[in-house]
Amino acid sequence: MPDTDKTIISVQDVTKRFGTTVTAVDNVNLEIKEGEFFALLGPSGCGKTTLLRMIAGFETLTEGAILIDGDDVSSVEPTHRPVNMVFQSYAVFPHMTVEENVGYGLRVVGTPKAEIDNRVKEAIDLVRLSGLEQRKPNKLSGGQQQRVALARALVKKPKVLLLDEPLSALDAKLREAMQLELVRLQENVGITFIIVTHDQKEALSMANRIAVMGDGKILQIASPKTLYEYPSSSFVADFIGQVNLFDVTEQGVAHGELTLTVDELGAMVLPGVDTNRTYHKLALRPEKIGVAREKPSEIGLVAIPAKLVEDSYIGDQSHLYFETPGGKSLSASVQNRDRDDHHLNKRGEQMWLYWHPAHFQPLSD
Amino acid sequence: MENWRNNKIAFFILSMPPTAWLMIFFTLPLAIMWVYSFADRGPQGQIELAINFDNYIRAVEWIHLGIIWKSIWTAAIATAITFAIGFPLAMGIAFAPPQWKNPLLLMVILPFWTNLLIRTYAWIAVLRTRGFLNFGLEWVHDKINAFFALFGLTDVLGQFEALELLYSHNAVVIGLVYVYLPFLVLPIYATLEKLDKSYLEASLDLGAGHWRTLFSITFPLALPGIISGCLLAFILSMGTFLTPDLLGGTDSEMIGNLIARQFTSSRDWPFGSALSFLLLYFTFIVLWVRATMSDRNSGPVK
Repeated sequence: MPDTDKTIISVQDVTKRFGTTVTAVDNVNLEIKEGEFFALLGPSGCGKTTLLRMIAGFETLTEGAILIDGDDVSSVEPTHRPVNMVFQSYAVFPHMTVEENVGYGLRVVGTPKAEIDNRVKEAIDLVRLSGLEQRKPNKLSGGQQQRVALARALVKKPKVLLLDEPLSALDAKLREAMQLELVRLQENVGITFIIVTHDQKEALSMANRIAVMGDGKILQIASPKTLYEYPSSSFVADFIGQVNLFDVTEQGVAHGELTLTVDELGAMVLPGVDTNRTYHKLALRPEKIGVAREKPSEIGLVAIPAKLVEDSYIGDQSHLYFETPGGKSLSASVQNRDRDDHHLNKRGEQMWLYWHPAHFQPLSD
Repeated sequence: MENWRNNKIAFFILSMPPTAWLMIFFTLPLAIMWVYSFADRGPQGQIELAINFDNYIRAVEWIHLGIIWKSIWTAAIATAITFAIGFPLAMGIAFAPPQWKNPLLLMVILPFWTNLLIRTYAWIAVLRTRGFLNFGLEWVHDKINAFFALFGLTDVLGQFEALELLYSHNAVVIGLVYVYLPFLVLPIYATLEKLDKSYLEASLDLGAGHWRTLFSITFPLALPGIISGCLLAFILSMGTFLTPDLLGGTDSEMIGNLIARQFTSSRDWPFGSALSFLLLYFTFIVLWVRATMSDRNSGPVK
């Protein structure tokens, strides 16, 4: 977690246009604190990589300014910026050994030989590549090349480490291991990490804070938990995990509390929600929905009968797809706690779905 | 779909014409020349078949060794100059904005659309004493003189003296550089084009300047293309005939001219054949060295 409140990177009103028609990054403002593990998350083409490349200095800014540790670096070449990058393709130099790769960034700035040797050894130990110092990259696995790229950037002791989709080329098992490893590494070195990813699980599990981007704009910046439980728009709700969306047909205030009316469910009281805004949708995560044969008797729950139309078994849980009498599709996910508990998975069966209205997230768009 | 290679009859029928063509018009004449290279020249220039190495022994006499050495030296200088011009050119095209790449490549290939003979004659018009180059130099010379004349200094540079470029060794080198530039640019361009640009970005990101990146990253990674391009320019320059024939002087004879002379005025086909095969063997050796070199450092240079 961040140790201080010092801003290390400040992105101010940054816009990037390619030609006259394409706006890759649209008036973005962002403050990243020292020591944070920050994620830029969004679908491909949302401008997250362009933003990262502007921080590294590989793209010029059309408008705005980027400050690194208080200095405006907008016109500083990548060579002289106090940030380093781990490339998506790793870009480990194929004609150099692991050791030469890691030491490259120190050699080119004329660091004394003894210091290079020490720091290279330290960096190689840090990413657990000891024993492979003399290997050429073509004799390394993808995961090992990734570690070389990490060590090569970390050895420079940058103020910020930029990671461009660092795990996308690894297989699922290795990716999970590297996620943990990156978090461990970041905690060890204390350097600010900014990671670009399109994988919401990756962002949620690794980052302290996440900025969700769509269409060149930042849609929400929040902690993983807030982002998932309290998304600010239906795009964010839908991009981060699965979501059921209900259209709001009527909005009112009763006893100072917000009431929203939804087809088939009736009027719902949502305590503690800002009554001055207009809401168009209610979002509900699938795992918040309970599934039962009988109508639950507990007071204060929302309950609706529904028919199971589709189920998909994915091991630890099952995703169940229901249809309400009014024709609305709802998805629920249930943990498969019992090995042989398949009684739920009969298609066409009439059941009851229920949840607590506090799980509703009202959305304005 | 069935692979046509697996169909033996189809494969046979389709591969017959080109194979026959190559056999009759390439392999067979080459074999004849090889046999001739061991033959004797008769008094009237006829070929008397024999098996001796007299022609090869003659080829390494001092006078001929001198010409061979001169050919190697000229080709080496021409290749070096071609590289000095061609590498920046190839880099310029490879790193140009995408919409510029094809027009620029087209300009490199454009000379191929005109006959080599005509293009070489054009160089005569450029290089001769009353040629375009000297006209241009004279114009600059006169302007400089006129400029100083404004300050009352007359004849600062003196009388213009035309450069005697044509029919010299320099003219041959200029001609070779011009003719073989595309052969060097294209392989280097192909390598640079395929090169993952993030290697260069990574180098810059790690604090290396543009020159350091050029020498530590771009150059080593483009080495296969550089070697191919330089070898191509060198081998073609070595065996050239037209350029020294048209642009060169009496002292510019290269091995290609020597060979050509044996088949024309000297009427000594056996000696010409022997020289041709020596040139061929030399080329094979160069290519073999290159192949073993690339085998040794066959890294995953993408």
